[in-house]
Amino acid sequence: MQLARVIGDVVATLKDANLTGIKLLLLQPIDAAGQPSGRTLVALDSVGAGVDEEVFFVKGREAAFPFYPGEPPADATVVGIVDERHVPGQTIVNPSA
Amino acid sequence: MQIGEVVGSVVATQKNKKLEGAKLLLVQPLTLEGKPRGTAVLAIDSVGAGVGERVLLVIEGKAAGDALGKKAAAVDAAIIGIVDTVDYRDE
Repeated sequence: MQLARVIGDVVATLKDANLTGIKLLLLQPIDAAGQPSGRTLVALDSVGAGVDEEVFFVKGREAAFPFYPGEPPADATVVGIVDERHVPGQTIVNPSA
Repeated sequence: MQIGEVVGSVVATQKNKKLEGAKLLLVQPLTLEGKPRGTAVLAIDSVGAGVGERVLLVIEGKAAGDALGKKAAAVDAAIIGIVDTVDYRDE
């Protein structure tokens, strides 16, 4: 998985039928220190995340698993919302706030 | 598999059901020389690793699910070992 900040959402009316009802989020991946790292991407949401929240997402085939038995064509899905991030000498509580 | 260093941990209450009970650690992949390579990944820990330790990391869904012991789990990275030593010929 990878950490990311939700920086927006995406709306698409015309899309694969298996994506119906699934929220699309725009993510900026971040590193352990919370700094932006790498390209932004669009991911499905499986936990009810929203803009400005710090989340983690899964990549690849496993991105479809939270929607089982549905099989959305996806390569990235948000699977958790970060409450606390601990790095040596620093504890970031509720980084989404 | 890759070698990485555990650099932190993450707590998340709201997460995928299959991830309940799993320990989530931030792992920085390393080069053979021990320098950081790429962005830190968030991996489930199946061996009891801690911050500062060098670990063996799988970044592949099936293997990570196996390490978690659950089928069709939404995971793509897992710590599957703690590295004691790495011996290699530097040419």
